[in-house]
Amino acid sequence: MIRYVIRRVALAVVVVAGVVILTFVISDVVPGDPAASWAGPHASAAQIARARHYLGLDQPLAVRIGKYFAGIVSGNWGTSIHTHRPVLSDIGTAAPATLELVIAALVIAVLVGVPLGLAAARWPGGTLDHAVRVGSVLGVSMPVFWLALILQLVFSQRLRLLPVAGQYDPNLVFSHPLTVRTQLPVVDSLISGNWPMLGSTLVHLVLPALVVAAYPVGVIARIVRAQVLDTVGEAHVQMVRSLGFPERTVFGTFAMRLAWNPVTAVLALVFAYSLVNTFLVESIFDWPGLGSYAAASVSTLDTPAIVGVTLFVAVIYVVANLVVDLVQAALDPRIRLR
Amino acid sequence: MSGIGVSGSGRFLRANPLIATGGVIALLIVLIAVFAPLVIPYPADAGAATHPEMALQAPSAQHLFGTDQVGRDLFSRVLAGARVSPVVALFVLLISCAVGISLGVLAGYFGGITDEVIMRITDIFLAFPPLLLALAFATVLPANLTSLTIAIAISWWPWYTRLVRGQAASVAGRPYVEACRALGIPSWRILLRHVLPNSITPVIVQVSLDVGGVILTASALSFLGLGAQDPTPDWGLMVAEGQNYFTTQWWLVTFPGLAILVTALAFNLLGDGLRDVLDPRRVLIR
Amino acid sequence: MSPIKLEIRDLRVSFAGHPVASVPELNVNGGEIVGLAGESGSGKSMTILAVLGLAGTAGAAVTGSVRLDGQELIGLSDARLRAIRGRRIAAIFQSPALAFNPVFRVGAIVSRTLRQHGLSAAEAAARADAGMRSVLLAPELLHRYPAQLSGGQLQRVAIALALALRAEVLLADEPTSALDVTVQAEVLELLRELRDSRGMAVLFVSHDLAVIAELCDRVAIMRAGQVVEQGPTGQVIAAPRHDYTRELLAAVPRLRE
Repeated sequence: MIRYVIRRVALAVVVVAGVVILTFVISDVVPGDPAASWAGPHASAAQIARARHYLGLDQPLAVRIGKYFAGIVSGNWGTSIHTHRPVLSDIGTAAPATLELVIAALVIAVLVGVPLGLAAARWPGGTLDHAVRVGSVLGVSMPVFWLALILQLVFSQRLRLLPVAGQYDPNLVFSHPLTVRTQLPVVDSLISGNWPMLGSTLVHLVLPALVVAAYPVGVIARIVRAQVLDTVGEAHVQMVRSLGFPERTVFGTFAMRLAWNPVTAVLALVFAYSLVNTFLVESIFDWPGLGSYAAASVSTLDTPAIVGVTLFVAVIYVVANLVVDLVQAALDPRIRLR
Repeated sequence: MSGIGVSGSGRFLRANPLIATGGVIALLIVLIAVFAPLVIPYPADAGAATHPEMALQAPSAQHLFGTDQVGRDLFSRVLAGARVSPVVALFVLLISCAVGISLGVLAGYFGGITDEVIMRITDIFLAFPPLLLALAFATVLPANLTSLTIAIAISWWPWYTRLVRGQAASVAGRPYVEACRALGIPSWRILLRHVLPNSITPVIVQVSLDVGGVILTASALSFLGLGAQDPTPDWGLMVAEGQNYFTTQWWLVTFPGLAILVTALAFNLLGDGLRDVLDPRRVLIR
Repeated sequence: MSPIKLEIRDLRVSFAGHPVASVPELNVNGGEIVGLAGESGSGKSMTILAVLGLAGTAGAAVTGSVRLDGQELIGLSDARLRAIRGRRIAAIFQSPALAFNPVFRVGAIVSRTLRQHGLSAAEAAARADAGMRSVLLAPELLHRYPAQLSGGQLQRVAIALALALRAEVLLADEPTSALDVTVQAEVLELLRELRDSRGMAVLFVSHDLAVIAELCDRVAIMRAGQVVEQGPTGQVIAAPRHDYTRELLAAVPRLRE
């Protein structure tokens, strides 16, 4: 197991290094001359040359990559052109809200997707099975930004069942102020027993989380169904039947345990996908997270911010994959024993 | 699957309703894209025409999907959109396959250092969720459909490399390939005539599964303002433009978005069906 | 004279109208091993599934009578059947490596089964230990995953489970076909022990006539889903009445008397 861990971690480190370099390439690809735009439209050739020197653009490529690397590692991820603050600090402020959203979406996805996939496999060819198959393809074919708008229109504007936007009701801040500890409003209101605030945060979380959950629910339901169906014909299923277990245990406990493997395998991917999907959804709900930050940075062409967010999410994805691989190896003895 | 005649196809389609539905819809979309000029009621509206006096009209007999904020017929624009995203998807997949397959075949066949280097680079690209890398590149490149295509292709090729490499490696180990090498046949010929054709099958399945994904990615990026610009009738762009009017003029967002959904759905169903038929064991989830 | 433990009469198993197994009469008494011989695909495995009431899960229909201690099993409610499966009628299968769920420790399957049939955790652990010792395996092996045990060990764990459950009937579906000859001998010896010291009724299904001749007290020969001949093993081998039996005997390279 230890050897496996070391191998995987080493690979992850190499990949992260490559990712950093790739982000450098992205920031460098900007067409036009950054020195000229820095110096301004009326700059003389000499001023542009000085600007180039000031910005360090006249140094050899290797040196520039090296400095970029050093900057990233030491926490200097550049300054946002739009907010004029360090990008890393912007990301730090925005990340918790997105984390809350994505985690909520994944929880929904697992709680809904796994039982649905299991039920579909238990009664293959039935109405539920067809519904799950169609539903899961719909989930992965859904343009999230459209779904967000539609649901917002129907449930918030027309039916007035759910709030339109925001993480919680701003009026509550005066009557029931929120003590910030984890920066996750749901968790914070829970720990401090701030029930009105908890209710507000949960209610505000519903629509955005449902929208982001659409894709992962589709993926998870489909995987569970496929895996359990695959397993059903195998000898060990017949064996536990012959031992006197009821069908629901045969499926729910024994066949299902095998399905956790592919589900965990896909969790990292689905997590990263959902993280990126928030870019399309957060602005619609005024959700103050990474997604809104990214969308705003795109519309203002704030290159340092975009590069910073890209790097951030990519590193998270690498780490998530690493964690999932290690958890899988721990859960499935066959991987370790190879 | 060889030798399925006309009656055989009918039976096949009835037994596989998913492929049938997906295939029919996809075919319809392709036909619309090809014959767009003949089908669109108001061709000028798909382009630069504006009719401010007819702005924001609800769906009616003359304007099936209503009109947009500058009075253009939405139905025409949605139909014309069939030429935009799917074409982007076509080129993205062509480029991704060209680059991805070439690298995969090289990595698998030559092994050793070539393999290591290519696969590490692939790993690095794969460390980014597809939309993310495409978004980053699309932001720094000028906003047009060409940049969009390139940006998405940059994020899409690594999947094919990984897919093909395994196949190529196993083909490279087969006795008849060894024999070819022993006979002194140059590598490039072996690659072209033996390794390549035998590594292609999983790619076909993957491509059909990917069309939907690329269309979703392209429309998402257009929604964010990258890629297509007004007056190009891109579905994602239309949704973005309609956002501000959405609460009252619901048709502006609903129909273009529905077009994206239906297109992605059709190709996903088709791809699923193809996979079930061609390659039931292999599932490469993005 | 031990009572008839398992009585099979006019058992017919069919898939969509096509018969796959037909057993007009087969008895298994306590304290004896009855062999069911025939080529692959002759319907032997379906017979076992039918006795367990599991033919339905393979999509087959069953008519006829299977009595356990006089109690009719065909048509019994699922709940009653589940109480009998494992607890009174146990089964071991052809590929022990495939018969155990790979992501469960074998001990987990054993203890869950024992608890499923009403034992407390402590009782289950005690019986599991005792069962393992009876099959000459160290109880610590229960902590292992199937991939960490050999085919022979896994088969013995399956038998240990049957012992722990105090099953009265053991249905063995080609239990040694996937094992080495030496390991095979150990498992066969174990089955003899079950018959002699526990008085189990064992139905031993196999295509290997040599093994059947060595192990079984009585034998029924199956061909294309039909039982064509049955009787005490020595008698059937020495004086086969059906042509097919003669063919099978002739095909066996060496037969020990």
